[in-house]
Amino acid sequence: MAKIYVEGKEYEAEAGENLLHAVLSQSIDLPYFCWHPAMGSVGACRQCAVIQYADEEDTRGRLMMACMTPVMDGLRISVEAAQAKDFRSSVIEWLMENHPHDCPVCEEGGECHLQDMTVMTGHSMRRFESKKRTWRNQNLGPFIGHEMNRCITCYRCVRFYGDYAGGTDLAALGSRSRVYFGRVEDGTLESEFSGNLVEVCPTGVFTDKPFSQHYSRKWDLQSAPSICPGCSVGCNTIASERYGVLKRLHNRYNSEVNSYFLCDRGRFGSHFVNSQKRIRHAATKAEDGTFEYGDLDKVVTQAASHLEGTIGIGSPRASVEANYALKKLVGAENFCAGFSDLDETLLKEIAEIRKTGGFHSPSIAQIEEADAILILGEDISNTAARIALSVRQAVRGVSFDMARSANIPEWQDAGVRGHAQHNQNPLFIAVNGTTRVDDIAVAKCNGSNDEIARAGFGIAAEIDGDYAVGDDSEFVKNVAQTLKKASKPLIISGTGAQNQAVIQAAANIAWALNSEARQASLLYVVGEANAMGSLLLGGSVTMSDALNRMESGSSAIVLENDLYRRADSKLVSAAIGGIKSLTCLDSLGHSTVEQADTVFPAATYAEQTGTFVNLEARAQRFYQVFQPTDDIRPSYEWISEIAKKADRADLNWQSIAELTDVCDQEALNGVKEASVDANYRVENQFKLPRQTHRYSGRTAMFADQSVHEPKTAEDRETPFSYSMEGENPGDQDGSTIPYVWTPGWNSNQSVFKFQEEVAGPLKGGDPGKLLTEVNPERPANASDIYSLVPETTNGNNGLVITPSYSVFGSDELSSSSWPIAERSPAPFARLNPADASKLGVTDGSGVFVSEQPDQKYEVIVDSNLAQGTVGLAVGFNGFNTIGTDTASLQVDLDYRARPTGEERILAKN
Amino acid sequence: MSLQETKPLTGRIEEVGGVVEFADYVAGGGYEAARKAVTTMSPADVISQVKDANLCGRGGAGFPTGTKWGFVPQGDAHDGGVKYLVCNGDEMEPGTFKDRYLITYNPHLLVEGMIIGAYAIGAEKAFVFLRGEYHTPKQALAQAIADAEAKGYLGKNIFGTDFNLDLRIHSSGGRYICGEETALLNALEGKRAQPRTKPPFPPASGAWGRPTIVNNVETFCNVPPIITRGTNWYRDLGITDDCGTKIYGVSGRVKNPGLWELPIGTTIREIIETHAGGMQDGFKLRGLLPGGASTDFLVEEHFDLAMDFQTIRAAGSRMGTGTMILMDDSICPVDMSRNLQHFFAQESCGFCTPCREGLPWIEQLLLDIEEGRGKPGDLDILDQNAQYIGAPGNTFCLHATGAIEPLQSALKYFREDFEKHITDGKCPYK
Repeated sequence: MAKIYVEGKEYEAEAGENLLHAVLSQSIDLPYFCWHPAMGSVGACRQCAVIQYADEEDTRGRLMMACMTPVMDGLRISVEAAQAKDFRSSVIEWLMENHPHDCPVCEEGGECHLQDMTVMTGHSMRRFESKKRTWRNQNLGPFIGHEMNRCITCYRCVRFYGDYAGGTDLAALGSRSRVYFGRVEDGTLESEFSGNLVEVCPTGVFTDKPFSQHYSRKWDLQSAPSICPGCSVGCNTIASERYGVLKRLHNRYNSEVNSYFLCDRGRFGSHFVNSQKRIRHAATKAEDGTFEYGDLDKVVTQAASHLEGTIGIGSPRASVEANYALKKLVGAENFCAGFSDLDETLLKEIAEIRKTGGFHSPSIAQIEEADAILILGEDISNTAARIALSVRQAVRGVSFDMARSANIPEWQDAGVRGHAQHNQNPLFIAVNGTTRVDDIAVAKCNGSNDEIARAGFGIAAEIDGDYAVGDDSEFVKNVAQTLKKASKPLIISGTGAQNQAVIQAAANIAWALNSEARQASLLYVVGEANAMGSLLLGGSVTMSDALNRMESGSSAIVLENDLYRRADSKLVSAAIGGIKSLTCLDSLGHSTVEQADTVFPAATYAEQTGTFVNLEARAQRFYQVFQPTDDIRPSYEWISEIAKKADRADLNWQSIAELTDVCDQEALNGVKEASVDANYRVENQFKLPRQTHRYSGRTAMFADQSVHEPKTAEDRETPFSYSMEGENPGDQDGSTIPYVWTPGWNSNQSVFKFQEEVAGPLKGGDPGKLLTEVNPERPANASDIYSLVPETTNGNNGLVITPSYSVFGSDELSSSSWPIAERSPAPFARLNPADASKLGVTDGSGVFVSEQPDQKYEVIVDSNLAQGTVGLAVGFNGFNTIGTDTASLQVDLDYRARPTGEERILAKN
Repeated sequence: MSLQETKPLTGRIEEVGGVVEFADYVAGGGYEAARKAVTTMSPADVISQVKDANLCGRGGAGFPTGTKWGFVPQGDAHDGGVKYLVCNGDEMEPGTFKDRYLITYNPHLLVEGMIIGAYAIGAEKAFVFLRGEYHTPKQALAQAIADAEAKGYLGKNIFGTDFNLDLRIHSSGGRYICGEETALLNALEGKRAQPRTKPPFPPASGAWGRPTIVNNVETFCNVPPIITRGTNWYRDLGITDDCGTKIYGVSGRVKNPGLWELPIGTTIREIIETHAGGMQDGFKLRGLLPGGASTDFLVEEHFDLAMDFQTIRAAGSRMGTGTMILMDDSICPVDMSRNLQHFFAQESCGFCTPCREGLPWIEQLLLDIEEGRGKPGDLDILDQNAQYIGAPGNTFCLHATGAIEPLQSALKYFREDFEKHITDGKCPYK
């Protein structure tokens, strides 16, 4: 630590850290643009100028850029000195030469960092009298709006998009006072992290296009802390509503999980909440097969009358609480967690491995500390994209080591990158087919997933001869040698490959590596948002047993689950055919719901409070953002209603907090620690406001319907209020930040005021509670646990199926979000070029699988896909209902390729 | 006495009467310095000889060359990886054409200087970063490199030693900022030509993150004579404390514009009156930019000063490239300032705010004043901008500092001209 003096006052700061970081960490206001806590300093904007004094006697000092100045013991600076203030005001004046005065019609207005900084510096009078610079904007696709006239050339966009996230289609073009940030030509931004541009841009150049279409000012949004339901990473989000519409999602800082960035599936996938496919009424099926609604009591009564021996099918996309409520209602012996049989097997294997221990289970943030990474069978760029972004930072680790030895500070971003050039920590990818982290992989291995598993076993055996012997390729040797040299190797695998041996092989590698000198980390991606929660709750009935019992005439209550995504469609249809009564609770309509006898409209994550458990077993709370309309209620409330009707006294919780408590006591110890209870108050007296203190239109919003002022909704279940009353001071419990705002900092940049220090943990602690810890001690018999190595795959004249994922389209909920639907590819089949030419197909050709003749796939020729395999799109045509490991493809001569995003945009222009 | 004794850079050109071809160069003792350095001297000896000669960088900054070379990690401090030597031949300073002359007429001198430099710092890869428009110099240099390679002076096992050097020409895409050594390195790497943060300095981390030395063409050309004729001879060449000769140039309304290799420290008046033939009839010299467009104006009171690094610095300007631009009494100082600011605004790389946004504003204000639209208060805005943009450290690199030097000094020495434009509402020179 070092002592620094700001205006003569002494502060403690980390020596070597940059001065801007240190000053902001003391909550001193100093304007900046180009610096970003996750991306470091480049010294482009010159906004953070301060006066540095040589010593106590020095009264003149000299102007320095705080972001480029390392903290040293005894450093004396002034932020307030007239010369520094005057220079900072000049910087704004220069930036304002060309910035349009369009704040009233700009989406950024009211949460604009440029506005904040302009006010902060005091610049207000315009002296520049020439014409403003103008640009032609680009159509960047369905996610991102582009308004280049507003650009202040801070270079943050390209630094995030290219340097940080690895995107290649956004660049700084041109020079002098005409630098253009865009693509070479109009077209969809390719990176799945493009949405972060909205938050990274300090003004309104890159805007959230879906939000723009039903726009509200930040101060008019009603917001609550939420958790992304898009995958098992569990990114923390701020979800915002107005007029009963979920307007947008922003990043919510959690230093252990997503820090500052989200993926586009998460950010733009939330619009399913507003989907036309929403179920809005509780209904029963009439004789004629149509749904009838209007009489709630009748629906509840009907559901309650079939409880005897009913099967309950939970869901990995429903909250812990909803799953537990159902489990309690039907009894553990009748509860199925809702996974497919295979998923359940895989997940139980993962649970077993975690219980066995013998490795480190990393947080998302800790991924970035790995110095060698192997990805085995999991296409993280499509199944858990945020992790791919962290992997991208991990491979940069060596550049910081190099920089340190060259005396370049870590935060000096351009210097670190320029010095390290292409040097990186090794990343190996054993995934069949192209992934979007291939560009940073030092070696790739493809093959059917059995072959991927064989490679994995081979690596473990190569590291430690005690482990079962697998393949013995150059790749295997290279990986083994490299991982052995690392001090913090990381293995990433998961359920994505739909292959048990892959999961086992990953464990073998971690065990073989783990030693006193070497901390091996192992992380499994587990699919859906609450897959880990459902796994920990457990079910005693498998999906196929549940379907059998349904077919034999049992009733079933299905919680937020489309059974057609979990089992062979013929089996599901047969089960529903034989069922006594089918009750579905869900938010979106689907094939299972259509066949239900009783339907309850379930709240989405944004309309209820609950808990998801992410892939590292971190329980995280999401809070109701707004109260749903029509009959929509949280699933657990419907379950409670059904229980009441059946005179079940054991399901009579009064609030979600009470239910969480029950769940904590009876099933998932620790889960309630992810939340605060309804009585939590800031400074022991204030509720937390969902609305900002400038929230407008409270009395006018619904004046078209009634001139009477609506009563403010009460929230007895959580510490949040449905009003602007309360306090959001920044140091409250870290899981209860409804939005970030502090005086003078209207933009998301204000987040540093909520952190202990810049980029550090939240003042009130990072949200979430780990429900299970992995014992790092390796069991003595580790090498004997998995010794069954799969045989080399034999396609039997067919192509071996590799499940293939798309970040846009494979996930059930986000696929119903219109921006995601626009980005989703046609259902695809990836083929090796040799197999494609044998079939006589090329990119854009149509094929269908013999076993599934009614579903079409569009061919993607992929040279990274092993010959003899086919990558079939998961989540599109329900390929997991094919029921075989291999597929024979038939060419569909009538198929017309779906136009690409590019073609659609060019056609529009 | 050989002309090369007093004019080590251009004497051979005069002796030959034109382009110094390979045979001419060798006949004049060419490549003997490189042979001597590579076969008989240690790299440390070479560096200390260059240091002792007090050779200062001729690109404009005047940094001691030997000292710079000494920053490159050698021996145990070196990690064994590649090092680079780069010649800055991106001569884009307005009014400057000395490097073009040297490369066109005496290319082997540069090649030999680079062989010695590369040997001294242990580089086996070298580049000449050449201004894109320099087609003729490029041909001459390419020929020289080919000739040297054919003789084994470049390539593998130079002079039978284990010293190798691969020398290549890189033609610039054409930006003034490429003359800034770190922007040059970025451009060489194929990146945007933006300067880099220092530290790291290129000798520690330069091209492709490796130790790199960047020197100007004229600097390299000084090295072979220093090796051949020794430090005492070299130090005695200079008139003042600076050492060696300097190529001085004059452009403007003189009778005989051009460039001349003269002992460093020759006075401004001698250069203009003796060598450039004095002003053309009917024109009076009002001021001059001593070393290219990015240096402060000097006026009458300074004309008897010696043209060397220290003297000109003491007078509030910089010797820069040593090639002066003269402003006579027919030229409007406001219009000349506007012309200069147009150049600098256009050549800003666009990275940092003051330079990118401040210079075009200054240009616009000067245009308004020149065209009679100036308003009271405009000079205050100019003064304030000049102060904030020009102070070293306020901008990312020294481009804007250089841009402001002629403006700030024009505002100081020719202020009544600016004021008259505003009060009269027109340019008095038109």
